[in-house]
Order: sequence, then C-alpha cells, then structure tokens
Amino acid sequence: MLADKDRIFTNLYGLHDFGLKGALARGNWDGTKAILEKGRDWIINEMKASGLRGRGGAGFSTGMKWSFMPKQSDGRPHYLVVNADESEPGTCKDREIMRNDPHTLIEGCLIASFAMGAHAAYIYVRGEYIYERNRLQAAVDEAYEARLIGKDNIYGYPFDLYVHHGAGAYICGEETALLESLEGKKGMPRLKPPFPANMGLYGCPTTVNNVESIAVAPTILRRGAAWFSSIGRPNNVGTKLFSLAGHVNTPCVVEEAMSIPFRELVDKHGGGVRGGWDNLLGIIPGGASCPVIPAEQCADLIMDFDGTRAVKSSFGTAGVLVMDKSTDIIKAIARISAFFKHESCGQCTPCREGTGWMWRVVNRMAEGRAQKREIDMLLEVTTQIEGHTICALGDAAAWPVQGLIRHYRHVIEERIDQYAANPHPDPVAVAAE
Amino acid sequence: MAVYEDWSTERAAQVISENRHLEGATMPILHALQETFGFVPDPAVPMIAESLNLSRAEVYGVLTFYHDFRREAPGRHVVKLCAAEACQSVGGKALAQYAEEKLGVDMGSTSPDGRVTLEPIYCLGLCACAPSALVDGQLVGRLDRDAIDEIADCFANGKSFGDA
Repeated sequence: MLADKDRIFTNLYGLHDFGLKGALARGNWDGTKAILEKGRDWIINEMKASGLRGRGGAGFSTGMKWSFMPKQSDGRPHYLVVNADESEPGTCKDREIMRNDPHTLIEGCLIASFAMGAHAAYIYVRGEYIYERNRLQAAVDEAYEARLIGKDNIYGYPFDLYVHHGAGAYICGEETALLESLEGKKGMPRLKPPFPANMGLYGCPTTVNNVESIAVAPTILRRGAAWFSSIGRPNNVGTKLFSLAGHVNTPCVVEEAMSIPFRELVDKHGGGVRGGWDNLLGIIPGGASCPVIPAEQCADLIMDFDGTRAVKSSFGTAGVLVMDKSTDIIKAIARISAFFKHESCGQCTPCREGTGWMWRVVNRMAEGRAQKREIDMLLEVTTQIEGHTICALGDAAAWPVQGLIRHYRHVIEERIDQYAANPHPDPVAVAAE
Repeated sequence: MAVYEDWSTERAAQVISENRHLEGATMPILHALQETFGFVPDPAVPMIAESLNLSRAEVYGVLTFYHDFRREAPGRHVVKLCAAEACQSVGGKALAQYAEEKLGVDMGSTSPDGRVTLEPIYCLGLCACAPSALVDGQLVGRLDRDAIDEIADCFANGKSFGDA
C-alpha cells in the first residue's frame, strides 16, 4: 500500500484549500525555478528516466512523447494541449485533480511547456464539467495574479494558459479530434501521420497529454526520477489514481502504487465487493472501452498495463467498474454499445455503421431473441471494425463486445435457449449481413 | 432563471465582432451567441461564416455537431437531467419519468407555453451524489421526487430554483 509520504495528490478529497495559498502549503510551486534552470534536456531526460507512462489510456511514455517535439522552432510556435475531456464511463480521476488540486496541473503545464519550448498551453475541459471549469479557472486566475504564469512571470519564461470549454462530445477526447475542436471545427479525428508533434494545433508542433500525466510531472522532477520509478514493478512504475465504481461497498478515487493486486485494491479502498468476494462476476478495468475480465482471472490480477494485458484486457484510465453476480452482463455490454453508437462521429463507415449494428444485435442477445450462429457473426464484425478506423473509437466499441463473447458465450447461449424454449408470436430475427 | 435578449442582427454582429479576433473563434462565438440569445438561430450561421471567412456548411457543421448548442429557443427555465450510468443506477430513469409528468414536458423538448425545457445530459461529474441535474445553470445533487416538486413549484411561481 502506498505510504502517505509518497502521495502526489495531497488534496484529492478536497479537505483543504484548493486555492494558491493551500497549494503552496502543500508544496506545490516549490523550487519550480530550480527545475526550470536545469534546462529542457534535463527535464525531458528525467521524465524519460522516471518511466511515467501516459495516464490517458494508451500508456505511451510521457518523456518520450515530449522528446518528439522539435528541439529548435522553425518559426512556428509550439503548443501544449492538456486533455481534460474526461468522458469515458467509469473514469472520474481528472475531475478530482481539477477540483481539488488544480495547481499541480497548472505548475505541470508551465514545466511541460518549458521543456517543449511552448509559450502557450490549452486545457480542454469537457462542456459538462461546470464545477471543475470554475475551480480551474479560479486557480489559473490566481496563478496569473501571483505572476507564476503569464507574459512577465517571475520565472522569466513567457507563458500563457487558456482554459477552453468543450460542448458535449465524447469524441473530442481523441487527441486529433480535440485539436480540431480547439480550432473551432467539428470534432472529427484526423488521419495520422502527420503526428501532432509535427502538425498539430493550427499546423504547429503540439503535444497532447492527459491531465494526470501533466499534474504528476512537477512532483516527479522535485523528488527525482528514481523515487517515482521505485514504486510499482518495472515498466509499470509510479503512483496512479484509481477510481473504483460499481458494486463495491465504498466507491472512491484513490492514489495507489501501480501494480497493486486487484484484490488488495478492492478490499482496502473499495470496502470489498458487495456481498463478498465470491459474489464477483467480473470487472471492466479501465473505463467502458476495455474488455471485461471475469472473476476467476481477477483473483491474481495485477493492476497495471502489463498485468491487464496478460488477461487480454487493457489498463485504460484505471477507472475500475466492478460488477457482482446480480449484473446482467449482456445488458451491461449492450448499454456500453449504445454509448459508443451515440458518440461515433460518423466519419469512418466501419464505426458509423458497425457501432449501430453491434448495438442492435447485442440488444437482441440481451433478450435472447437471436440465433446462436449470430454470436460468431458478431465476433467477425467486431474484428472488421477494430483497426479499420481513423481513431480508436472503433476499437473501443469493438473490445467490450469481444470481451463479452470471449468470456460469457455460455451466458448468451443460455439466454437464446431460454427464449427459444418459450412460445413467442414473432419469428426470431436474424441480423442482415 | 436566465434572461436572454431578443434576437437582433445588430446585437449578433456585435457579439461576433467581439470574439472574432480569437484563435479558432467559431466555438467561442457560438458559446457567446448562445449566452446572449439562449440559442443560435439559423440567420446567425451566414453571419459567422462571413466574418470568419468560412463556408456556411462549415459553421452549420460545427453548430450541429456539438450537443450543447441549440438551434431553437429554449424555455424560460432549462432543466438538464443526468442520464449517464451512475445516475441511472440509482433510479435516474424513474426520476426522469416523474420529472416529465411533473413539469408536463417530454424529455428533449420545450413545453408549449415556453416555460421549461427538459433535456438529458451525460455525466456532470457528480456521480457521488447522484442523481444529479443542472437547473438553470445551477448544479443540484441527490435529486429526489421532493426536489423535483420544489423545482416545479418554483417554476410555477415564476421564480428560479434556488432563489426561494
């Protein structure tokens, strides 16, 4: 279990002042000048050495990402964009940072921008986060007033920070869609390459990072890469905000060490599974897009990037959804499919048509009004969506359905048998191919 | 209760020119117009397009892509009920039905007398005190039938929720 002295977010629960005074008392903005004086290369090397992997879901090395930015500007400005469009069902960690510890994020923005030669940074907050937006804006205003950021700040590095509001679209959490949205267009993802590090916001070199990745950076640089990389197991180091939701006794957001066993996480912080450990049906480990992990694999599950990959799921944002045996798993996946159908931007055909098709078929399966051969047909369709779209929303929609079929095929078959055993006036529908 | 100005081309032109210097100005302009008039009517689209040197189709596309922008005038009061997973799991659907009855308006529409608009919203980030809602721009948590009664009463008396 993570010791209190190793926590990065010391005001996660809002027990103390979120403003600048409280943040200074908690050690934010301490020695920022000394960090900046060590230079860009030192910061990027230290971030690489710390082994921090991006906290937005893909798990790409943050230091590596920063190093992709051009060393010398070719005349175009550089930008840092912070992705605070936290819309994934089950994920609620960034909102706690923006609400209660916003200065960790603002300090992180300054340091990260300095390391990448950016003089302007944007924080893209989703439209529905009203409270978070107000808090964050208040904190930014305070930082401007104290001249911690701004054109003539005390660090002598001109830097502007803007809080931008979204307008209610999940797809804008995808990095290139977010850039399109910032530019004032429809939030439709761009083809990569060119990658944002070469052609990002307004065609200029841009790095898009998750809120948590940026907010942990100042503490890592203050305490040293060795400290951060000593927590967790190799390749999956550091501390991480886990959010526990669903059928646990005490749902919460908690900062824990990476590579914590799932059982320890849920027993220590979640107060155990509702109705006891044996009542566990399965979990979705990192937000709605990750394949479900059945209970028998949860017993030895290590909560990190490699641990979840070993059971063919994904770590995502560590927003754990716990489901006990009262859950109708097919219906739960049907609900997730409905979400992705609703949020597909409509740019790529496999995703636009496929998400709706999957939703209709899974919905029928939830009732049992389906044919058994449709299960394989559904699996086939998910593989045709996955990897055939511009952005990862197609993959994200396909994975939960794949997880359902992989682990709960018998439940679907039982449901179909049950339906077939009872008399019904209408013939059973079959999906069009 | 939000008080909006009546639509006027001059005022709209003023709002647009106040924001057109911003980078990526389309969204800030749309947000500002919606704040001023409560919605973005169709005549605004060519005005924005002309001032930003965009095609009308581009502006129309942005306006219709995002759920938050309205193309028709909202009611005098706007209630947005959270319809996301956490709120549904604690009876959000039943509550939404009750709100429809009590306020006399279907989800996603405005009452004929223009008093209230009821809309779904997807996760206000208040899952810990679900079900939640946004009533006239004000966050409300732990919503129950009594709270909806209270909201309906406030509206019936021409008051804003929270003023009472």
